Amino acid sequence: MNSSVFFDISAGAYIAAMITYVIYLVIRNGTVGLVASGITIFGFVSQTAALIIRWINSYDFWMSSHPMSGFMEALLRGAPLRNLYESLIFFVWSIILGHILIEFKYKNRSLGAFVTPIAAMALLFIDISGTSKEIQPLIPALQSNWLLFHVLLSFLGYAAFGVSFGAAAAYLIMVTESKKEIPYIIGSVITGIFIVVLVGMGIDFLSLSAAERAQLIQSHFLRASLRSASGGVAAVSWVVSIAFIFVVWQFGLGLKKVLGGLNLTHTMLDEIEYKSIAVGFPLFTIGGLIMGAIWANSAWGKYWTWDPKETWSLITWFVYALYLHARFVGGWRGKRVAILALIGFVAVIFTYLGVNLVLSGLHSYGSG
Amino acid sequence: MENKEKKDIFESIWHFLASVQLAIIVLITLAISSIIGTFVEQKAEPAQNIALLAKFFGDSAAPSVYNVFAKLGFMDMYGSWWFTTFLVIFSINLIVCSIDRFPKTWRFIKTPQKPMSGSAIKSLPIKKELTFKAGINTIKDEFMNSLKASKYHVSEATEENSVRLYTQKGKYARLAVYVVHLSIILIFIGAIIGIRFGFKGYLNLPEGSTSNVLYESQTKSIPLGFYVKCNWYDTQYYEGGDMPKEFQSELVIIEDGKEVLKKVIEVNDPLTYKGITFFQSNYGMMPNAVGQFVLDITPAGRQEKRIWLRFGETFEIPGTGIKGRIHDFSPALTRDRNTGRLITYSDNMVNPAVAIEFMPPDGNNYVGWILKRYPETGIIPGGHSVKFVDYWGVEYTGLQVSKDPGVWLIYLASILMGISLYICFFISSKKIWVDISGDKKTVSVVVGGTTNRSRLNFEREIDQILAHASHAIEGRSNK
Repeated sequence: MNSSVFFDISAGAYIAAMITYVIYLVIRNGTVGLVASGITIFGFVSQTAALIIRWINSYDFWMSSHPMSGFMEALLRGAPLRNLYESLIFFVWSIILGHILIEFKYKNRSLGAFVTPIAAMALLFIDISGTSKEIQPLIPALQSNWLLFHVLLSFLGYAAFGVSFGAAAAYLIMVTESKKEIPYIIGSVITGIFIVVLVGMGIDFLSLSAAERAQLIQSHFLRASLRSASGGVAAVSWVVSIAFIFVVWQFGLGLKKVLGGLNLTHTMLDEIEYKSIAVGFPLFTIGGLIMGAIWANSAWGKYWTWDPKETWSLITWFVYALYLHARFVGGWRGKRVAILALIGFVAVIFTYLGVNLVLSGLHSYGSG
Repeated sequence: MENKEKKDIFESIWHFLASVQLAIIVLITLAISSIIGTFVEQKAEPAQNIALLAKFFGDSAAPSVYNVFAKLGFMDMYGSWWFTTFLVIFSINLIVCSIDRFPKTWRFIKTPQKPMSGSAIKSLPIKKELTFKAGINTIKDEFMNSLKASKYHVSEATEENSVRLYTQKGKYARLAVYVVHLSIILIFIGAIIGIRFGFKGYLNLPEGSTSNVLYESQTKSIPLGFYVKCNWYDTQYYEGGDMPKEFQSELVIIEDGKEVLKKVIEVNDPLTYKGITFFQSNYGMMPNAVGQFVLDITPAGRQEKRIWLRFGETFEIPGTGIKGRIHDFSPALTRDRNTGRLITYSDNMVNPAVAIEFMPPDGNNYVGWILKRYPETGIIPGGHSVKFVDYWGVEYTGLQVSKDPGVWLIYLASILMGISLYICFFISSKKIWVDISGDKKTVSVVVGGTTNRSRLNFEREIDQILAHASHAIEGRSNK
């Protein structure tokens, strides 16, 4: 059985859910909200099935090249968390899981409009970055029992941070009085940049041939727009991008009325923001940093080498440690910590994607 | 007077070192400088980073910008004096703030909880007020039950016209944050032990050779205290391509002339002897080395036999009269797509192949290529098989060798950190007070609480306890 059909169904469902959540946010019709939740759960079930099928397929794949393997070994080596594609899929699965849990716990659907776009953007990213969807053989360095636990916990952590990003963004919109407030400016610029980069990659994708697409990030990243060889194209792209970020800043507050109309309180958003970090921080510390270090030590005899991937996960850890200390000891509240939650997730994205994709041009490490 | 001033200075330094402001500054500084370190390639050739800087500062300015950066230690930043200083400040801040705050937390834990009057409870951050038309004792019993149902051990104090209940849970969870700090310090200590008493080096060991040293650099060797021998090195590939499946070496530890340990190591599966660990790190070909061809020969329907041969040497397939001679070798044989000719496409042993000139008794000699990765190429007319096992003695195994006596401390600290982080975030310290007072007709109940974690959750918990108790009280008074 092929898992890709179920993945496609779930991807379609999440994008449909995102649209439905936004409609729900605008027209505040209970039935629409129910439909949005239904589509999300449907997508989630489908994706869970897809993950299981893929795991079974990778198990068989491993067994075919390593017939002497035991059941546990093949199960661990077959876990669908082995490359960029699979880990992004798992990230989407985890963030949707987090979203469903929150929806049940807080009996409130509005956050969906902020979390499903992160999932949809990740799915879009998978498609336009041209990352391979095939089940690939595992290179020797990845043949470790740590692979499953390290990646699993890291990505559950990343997903929790993603939820906190969504909550922090919604929180900032709710509590901001004037567009000139610095936290709001930072928040809207970060969101704007996310969208600009994704749209830029979309343009790269459309401008490239199918063969070139596999190398989109490594060699063609934003070459069709912001980094174009033609000065005119680049200049126009920059102007349009800046104008777009300006528009996000100018009209982002429009969402405030919408949010205010729902029974979403800023205390609740603040709590979701913190709680997601409270879940994500230990997961990320244990799964990402500690298990990563132990794995590195058992593979290369060095638990810490300051390579860009390690360093960026440490930077992420610093940002969230800062968040926790500023909030609980430093007395920072509300907008200031919400900004840290946004910055933290930017660091997460850079740790995962930026290091492998952008810095790989500078460093030998990290081909995804 | 002077003493007091000195004390003030000491105190203000202490407060600065213990302050969360310092923690925030240090975390931000470490984060930002670490970012720079990931963009500037560390410990690289100057030309590489000059080229990188040229993209931002232009070709003419790049070398001088590089010199400034290099002087500031950015080219080997994580080992630079100022980055180390920040790590030291970070540790001092952790230690001092923990020492500074610990007594208060300890006192908080050790001070017994006391009952509170209704008016005192009303000043707490979380408080609820209710009135009931029921007996004080009934109300007390039900609140006791409700609190017990939520796993609180309740104490009570009786005053005139009032009963006061008080209880707390998870007070020791307040210590978890100190354990997290401690585990970070332990990790640093483990790292220092590793640097001070351990070593990291490498050893390129050709197949069949033995060494009793490892190398920290090209000129500096460290004695192992025993001998290590590489029996063989081998790369295995996935079928149908050149994707490596496994890098393996067979190592033997020899001490006092005796073989004491033998193991096939792989990436992620090293060998450890007397605290020194040998990791499979890389491999390569030795220039100009002459090796031996290892062949497994099986005459049709007979026993397999292993033979070792040098270039040009001949062998016989037992009982057949067929002779063979090593004729040619290629480390990576393939057929050129355009010309169809056989070519060697790599210097490494990616697809090793040996050409053997077969000399049957009838004199019709022929040459056949036998590929190591494709044993079916070794079946020759008559159903005999010649398997190319290895071209032995031309590759070396690249070993990463390390001894780290601090690593157990790091592992221990990591476990400690995992557990304490969990407690820190998921077990909260909670206190609840209840004051039940009034005359026979109406009784007012004031409930309040404090927590060090999520207020919203705690409020929900208290609401539940209240609802549970009220429901039971109403049930009883209706009877």
